[in-house]
Amino acid sequence: MKQKLILIGNGMAGVRTLEELLKLTPDLYDITVYGSEPYPNYNRIMLSPVLAGDKTVDEIVLNDLDWYKDNGIELISGDPVIEIDRNKREIKTQSGAINSYDRLLIATGSNPFMIPIPGADKQGVIGFRDIHDVETMLGAAKDYQNAVVIGGGLLGLEAANGLQKNGMNVTVVHLLDSLMERQLDKPAATLLQQSLIDKGLQFKMQAQTSAILGEQRVEAVEFADGSRIEADLVVMAVGIRPNIELAQSAGIHCERGILVNDTMQTFDPRVYAVGECVQHRGSCYGLVAPLFEQAKVCANHLANYGIARYQGSVTSTKLKVTGIDLFSAGDFNEADGDETLVFQDPAQGVYKKLVLTDNRIKGAVLYGDTLDGSWYFQLMREGTSIADFRQSILFGQHDLGDAGHGDSKVAALADSAEICGCNGVCKGEIVDAITKQGLFTLDEVRAHTKASSSCGSCTGLVESLLASTVGEGYDAAPSKKGMCKCTEHSHDEVIRGIQQQPLKDMRSVFEFFDWKTEDGCASCRPALNYYLLANWPDDYQDDAQSRFINERAHGNIQKDGTYSVVPRMFGGLCTADELRAIADVSDKYNVPEMKVTGGQRIDLFGVKKEDLPAMWKDLADAGFVSGHAYGKALRTVKTCAGQNWCRFGTQNSTGLGVKLEQLTWGSWMPHKFKMAVSGCPRNCAEATIKDFGVVCVDSGYELHVGGNGGIKVRITDLLCKVETEEEVLEYSGAFIQKYREEGHYLERTAPWVERVGLTSIKQVIVDDPVQRKALFERFKHSQQYAQVDPWAARAEGTAAHEFSTIRIA
Amino acid sequence: MNQWTELLKMDDIPQLGARVLRTDTMDIAVFRTAQDEIFALQDKCPHKGGPLSQGIVHDNTVTCPLHNWKIDLNSGEALAPDVGCSHRFPIKVENGVVYIQLAVESAVA
Ligand code: SRM
Ligand SMILES: Cc1cc2nc3c(=O)[nH]c(=O)nc-3n(C[C@H](O)[C@H](O)[C@H](O)COP(=O)(O)OP(=O)(O)OC[C@H]3O[C@@H](n4cnc5c(N)ncnc54)[C@H](O)[C@@H]3O)c2cc1C
Ligand code: SF4
Ligand code: FES
Repeated sequence: MKQKLILIGNGMAGVRTLEELLKLTPDLYDITVYGSEPYPNYNRIMLSPVLAGDKTVDEIVLNDLDWYKDNGIELISGDPVIEIDRNKREIKTQSGAINSYDRLLIATGSNPFMIPIPGADKQGVIGFRDIHDVETMLGAAKDYQNAVVIGGGLLGLEAANGLQKNGMNVTVVHLLDSLMERQLDKPAATLLQQSLIDKGLQFKMQAQTSAILGEQRVEAVEFADGSRIEADLVVMAVGIRPNIELAQSAGIHCERGILVNDTMQTFDPRVYAVGECVQHRGSCYGLVAPLFEQAKVCANHLANYGIARYQGSVTSTKLKVTGIDLFSAGDFNEADGDETLVFQDPAQGVYKKLVLTDNRIKGAVLYGDTLDGSWYFQLMREGTSIADFRQSILFGQHDLGDAGHGDSKVAALADSAEICGCNGVCKGEIVDAITKQGLFTLDEVRAHTKASSSCGSCTGLVESLLASTVGEGYDAAPSKKGMCKCTEHSHDEVIRGIQQQPLKDMRSVFEFFDWKTEDGCASCRPALNYYLLANWPDDYQDDAQSRFINERAHGNIQKDGTYSVVPRMFGGLCTADELRAIADVSDKYNVPEMKVTGGQRIDLFGVKKEDLPAMWKDLADAGFVSGHAYGKALRTVKTCAGQNWCRFGTQNSTGLGVKLEQLTWGSWMPHKFKMAVSGCPRNCAEATIKDFGVVCVDSGYELHVGGNGGIKVRITDLLCKVETEEEVLEYSGAFIQKYREEGHYLERTAPWVERVGLTSIKQVIVDDPVQRKALFERFKHSQQYAQVDPWAARAEGTAAHEFSTIRIA
Repeated sequence: MNQWTELLKMDDIPQLGARVLRTDTMDIAVFRTAQDEIFALQDKCPHKGGPLSQGIVHDNTVTCPLHNWKIDLNSGEALAPDVGCSHRFPIKVENGVVYIQLAVESAVA
């Protein structure tokens, strides 16, 4: 017999828990849901847009009645539960029905707090909580003129905005002198109040309501100072109280809310609770993001998995009033020792403030330009040190450089504005797909429109579009991202598993992490192949079928299915003989086009796949090895003329470049890796936009790391200065090895350095000679296996099947 | 006429890989999955003609190397939300040898 699960409260947290539970174990329970409201589960957040006329009630239903039916869930709506008998394990409803449970889930949400003043029970005095309240407000707007909203917080302002849009004359009454005081500091609140006044709202600040006047229906609101405002409708939005009455009467321990532990259990282990009605580690939450996290944990335990823990949430707030951009997260009050960064542009109506403790974000308030809210929020939740980019953080993530892409203010863009340059997708198309196909996640938008599915530089824009189109319903990136659709485990978790378990082949990884697909996919297999290779250079057998075609065929595949061939020219140096050999090869195999690349060597385009091995043999005979121009590997070491010829040269930059390339060629990396050596600070080799760049100076060598040209330009950070060429080699090898061990597949050094922080890299490479030397040794060890020229091997017959076609006899 | 033509030994195709059959009119990709199932599709992605034989094979699907469309090996159809189809050819394995039916070839050439 199946166990019986009863859910009390057909709201957002409770039903989300059921959704999560069904995903884990669809058949474990017979489920019955009791809800006092006569509706299926709906998106309470969207009541504000419904009131403002931007959405209809039908549009905000989350799960319709068919959903309950299809999942075998019995829904009893309109008949609230009034009693829980924990001894008998039974509940009783208002109509007298009795039902028993094996496990009980309480998700009764909260009630609006009604200020206990004379007249508060008159007709036309309501809270703002459910569909019924919205209907009352819409009805009042038809028949009456004057509305008073008590409470200048998020709910109050959204109610006031909606009523005003319905033609009412609205006054917001607030006890303090500043709106949304729990989310906003003074300057932001002042900007907000001004734009709401511009929209036509009236405010009565620092006003204490003392009575509600009228016969049966409200006629006016009276204040402590004796003044009055006429009112036909009063909305009280001064706060919410967790709805704990039912639990309390059943003897379940409650304080402000129902007390739960990290597994969402109440004091009675058969009874769970989630949502606004609970109190966890002293906190009650009033926003959906934490409730959804609770739901996930609770479902995990209801499914008897028993591994998830809820450890509390950090929350952020946005105001859903069209035309007003406002974001707030964390604690924006400075304590002793905190620091504050502020950006203010009153003419543009922009205000941004970050409060820092020890270079970590503790709180953020943004007004007028909220594009970077989710970035700050992520930095805050992850406790990332911002020391390295403190100077520019207020200008936003995009200021870190992006070659002209990523213009802010997506909402202001025209529908014809191109968002994704690679696939030519415009804003209108994306918004259309989101609304018509009901898309909620970045992956869905990628699949349907192709936007952000190529180079990814427009990902931030697409995410903002999602957020602005579906509002809070948008599934913001989860705090932990799975590698791909085949697994929920993140890159870091998988890397750790491979290192610590240890796991030494792909099938073991699939098994250990319970992969959802048989063979993985084109996105995780190359990543796993790399991680295994980087961690177990002497044990792991490279898997050609898990490599992208370029690395399998050792050339870049081109649009017509031909390949390009780029022989390595160490440090960009070459001889007449080598150039002659390249010219001969080009003639012999009818190469249609040759080009000098941006990496100081020569590219032969348009080679047929079956000609590759023979061509490589000719090149090998002339002394060339593969340039890995196709690989997630060491690409080029760009050099300048240097001391040998240049009148300004301070060191032998060309020679050092050759040595660096000889040390590092062949090494597989998370992504491509480029180096350069410039002979003086004029920096002709562009060392300061390379993954590892050396700038020679009279007294030695400056080492620069984490640079990137390409999609998002990033200037290097200075790692340190050293005095000898030997040191340059050791530091570069150690840096590369750290990146190889920690970087996520397809993450270049620029985002990697930003993710882990330059400071943590310096601690190991610069400050700790023991670790630096150990890294360098590990690098050299893996190079023994890596520095085998793939071209020579294939010219001698390795993987011959890759290059020959089948002919029918 | 539905005639079976002998191609090659199954073991000459790498698991989770493919070989290319070159005919006078077109290239055909012959895939082998992890479960040793064999499939044959015209070596031409319905998107922009990318060579499917060069893609990564996973389960019964190949991901095109040019722009990552995913093609169902069984039907030749692109997986949703993409739309398009690569022609598929009947194929069979007997005693470790792979045979293909090319009779319909002229119809699609
Ligand atoms: C051949 C070359 C262009 C040229 O003719 O100069 C080239 C060609 C390609 N680049 Fe590049 N890049 C070439 C130098 C560069 C440079 C300049 C440089 O290295 O000094 C850059 C900017 C510097 C940088 O990387 O920081 C560059 C930034 C990119 C990017 C963006 C990388 C980024 O992190 O933002 C990509 C896309 C990617 O890797 O995902 C890319 C990808 C490509 C690919 C492999 C596209 C692909 O995935 O198929 C192109 C292959 C063309 C073909 O059919 O062979 N190429 N590419 C250059 C080869 C250099 C070499 O000798 O190996
Ligand atoms: C107008 C408005 C705007 C909001 N905007 C945002 C926003 O922008 N962002 C955000 O994150 N959050 C917002 N919220 C808050 C968010 O909606 C709540 O945090 C969330 O709905 C709480 O979920 P819950 O399941 O705990 O409670 P609810 O969704 O309230 O569900 C509880 C349900 O239990 C029922 N119930 C209670 N007692 C019983 C009983 N004895 N028997 C049977 N049923 C019972 C109630 O009728 C109710 O349907 C907003 C809320 C409102 C009202
Ligand atoms: S070579 Fe580089 S810049 Fe040119 S089209 Fe290809 S990827 Fe783009
Ligand atoms: S050609 Fe195959 S995906 Fe574009």
